[in-house]
Amino acid sequence: MSVTVDRELVSFCAEVGATGPVAVRGAGTRFEVGGPLAPETRVVAAPAGIREYRPEEMTVTVLAGTPVAELHAALSAAGQRSALAERGGTVGGALALGEDDLRVLARGKVRNSVLQLRYVSADGVLVKVGAPTVKNVSGFDVGRLMVGALGTLGLLAEAVLRTRPTPAVARWWCGEGIDPCAVRDLARSASVVLFDGTTTTLQLEGHEVDVDADLVALGRLGAFRACEGPPPLPPHRWSLRPSELLRLDGHATGSYVASIGVGTVFADRPQARREPPAAVRAVAARLKAEFDPSGRLSPGRDLLAAH
Amino acid sequence: MRAKDRRGARHPQLASDPVVHDLEALLGDRVRVDGAERSLLSRDASVFSGGRAGPVCFPLSTEEVQGIVKIAARHRRNVVARGAGTGLAGAAIPLGAPIVVVTTRMNRIRSVEIEDRLAWVEPGVINLDLSKQLRPLGFHYAPDPSSQQACTIGGNISTNSGGPHCLAYGVTSEHILCLEVVGADGEVMVLGGLDAEPAGLDLRGAFVGGEGMLGIVTAAAVRITANPPAVRTLLLGFSTPREAAATVSAVIAAGIVPAAMEVMDREITRAVENFVHAGYPLDAGAVLLAEVDGTEQGSAIDAEVIARIGKEHGATSIRTAEDAEARDRLWKGRKTAFGAIAQIAPAYYLHDTVVPRAALASVLEQVYAIAERFGLLVVNVFHAGDGNLHPLLLFDPDEAGVLERVHGAAAEIVRASLAAGGALSGEHGIGIEKQEFMSEMFGPDDLDHQARLRRGFDPWCRLNPGKVLPSAHSCADLSELARAGEGIWA
Repeated sequence: MSVTVDRELVSFCAEVGATGPVAVRGAGTRFEVGGPLAPETRVVAAPAGIREYRPEEMTVTVLAGTPVAELHAALSAAGQRSALAERGGTVGGALALGEDDLRVLARGKVRNSVLQLRYVSADGVLVKVGAPTVKNVSGFDVGRLMVGALGTLGLLAEAVLRTRPTPAVARWWCGEGIDPCAVRDLARSASVVLFDGTTTTLQLEGHEVDVDADLVALGRLGAFRACEGPPPLPPHRWSLRPSELLRLDGHATGSYVASIGVGTVFADRPQARREPPAAVRAVAARLKAEFDPSGRLSPGRDLLAAH
Repeated sequence: MRAKDRRGARHPQLASDPVVHDLEALLGDRVRVDGAERSLLSRDASVFSGGRAGPVCFPLSTEEVQGIVKIAARHRRNVVARGAGTGLAGAAIPLGAPIVVVTTRMNRIRSVEIEDRLAWVEPGVINLDLSKQLRPLGFHYAPDPSSQQACTIGGNISTNSGGPHCLAYGVTSEHILCLEVVGADGEVMVLGGLDAEPAGLDLRGAFVGGEGMLGIVTAAAVRITANPPAVRTLLLGFSTPREAAATVSAVIAAGIVPAAMEVMDREITRAVENFVHAGYPLDAGAVLLAEVDGTEQGSAIDAEVIARIGKEHGATSIRTAEDAEARDRLWKGRKTAFGAIAQIAPAYYLHDTVVPRAALASVLEQVYAIAERFGLLVVNVFHAGDGNLHPLLLFDPDEAGVLERVHGAAAEIVRASLAAGGALSGEHGIGIEKQEFMSEMFGPDDLDHQARLRRGFDPWCRLNPGKVLPSAHSCADLSELARAGEGIWA
């Protein structure tokens, strides 16, 4: 089996090649993030499939083209899940974006779940960074650079991800006129607390006794009712400090849903461009020049463009 | 006070080094050139020697660190930063008489921002001191290396330190939101951000674990973690380490990720019990210290499952710490284990490799066999929950030729771990200890890409040259580093 997979990786390298502008397209669910690719860019697909799943090690090796839904279906058979956001895309796409799942408080950040990566470099070579064990120090953390880089430093081929046990119960609740920050402080089992200016929506998960106890405690803040899931999320993704949510300006965001304690805000209007200072831009530019000297990987993609 | 040694004698040769002149203009008597200080700072806590420190600086502020790096750039000198010097892989050992920047006097907690669950700290803040300061507020800093009474947050960031509680809470990188660093060109930069998903490349993520080769940390925004309402600590005794390791795997397979799962073998358990009198069983072949936290009810459920699994795997004794004091004593035993070794041998080499949990028992047996083959006593205390082995090779440094045997056994332990599908290090880092082993885990293209990351941050090869990457991929000429500064800085 591993021979077949390795052949797939080798042929992915060959497809990427060593010259000409090139980018990977996964399921295309968030393909517009970072802006349009340069017009002459060749678009390729990464190989797909779960290579090795070791529930007892809490690790899974998966090819980048695998749909996240397929990965999570396999993990759930062993009572586990990953940190990747479930929104219809591929593993490679989720890593290239680096956006966390809505329930990040319980699932952890995407970038913390990556143990090892293989990617195709700008000169068409397969490169491995990190190690497959749940804890490892393996030299400089190149993998961290790749997560969220939108394919501008290397094209993801395969990842070893950390998995986590899925809690026994998970339930959604919502209520009106309730201080969402108080909810966040009180509910230890909350995987997410959302607030749209009126309604507070949260998911509690864990041992049934803990979820029940949290719900009893939350009752002191107001009346909650069971609900199906999160409210519809406006299209643009803002990144703020958790404390900034207290002073959220509805005029700038339009209608919004804010993730309390996290700082992500889903809004009707895009966030203003967040330009890092010159010294940071200089390091980022040097890294781009080191990893992709000819600028052939995902040309046109702008990491600072609003999502 | 210019270029004087401890006895106050003027040191004409050293003072004639123009870099010393400039550093003194910046820092006054917080530049040291005396032999005693430099010799002390030529090592870390490992068995490795061979370093040579140039002028030693004790900055108090970001501006002073910046000034030092700019002076170094002007004089084309290298810079090596260090914290408390508790590192075990030689990462802070100065090679080639560089300027040494000691960050221990930058030790303020600048702010605690509860609403954002973070604290801004300077690099010299001691790990345990931070948690002590946070305790009255109901928070702590989660990564807890065994050296936490002495090691600094700056050093923790440089090595991406772990600790027993990283099993559930994650290693240092997961707890660093934002870094203020001085880059290799002397520019102050803020990497990462306090917002949910900072824009641009994750330079903060790339920086953590950089072993002082990517920049010098002058402040960090660290994530603070709410103290759990309930903590339960179990001590399980087994006849053999194999049964303890099997219990660890079974607990994870049962869907429980405890806050910590630590194993100690018979010899180390006896030494520890002698030292702290915490009630560790003296007749056990191995003990498993397992901790779960959460709510009263939830943690009770998890503790019950762990006890049941332990019994199924042949636990000879199971004890739950009855109160916080008993728990603290058990943890004191675990965390002072390395000190307790002094009862058995005058010196030790503390190793650090990772294997898949399923391979723990078999690699452990190989470790005992390797030590025996090299005529060394080995004891084991390790983070079993995440497969992180810490064999301690015990020796008497006065015995002729013993260090060669120690290094020989250490190399074989690394190879056994890699053969089992493991990794070079779990938390101590690569430094000079595992530098040449990097080629056994990575191919030339892989190492080339690590070198690219390093050059992106430091194209001048100025910061802590000659570490982590094997010589063929290092920007530094290692033999030249060994000769550098032999003149007046010998």
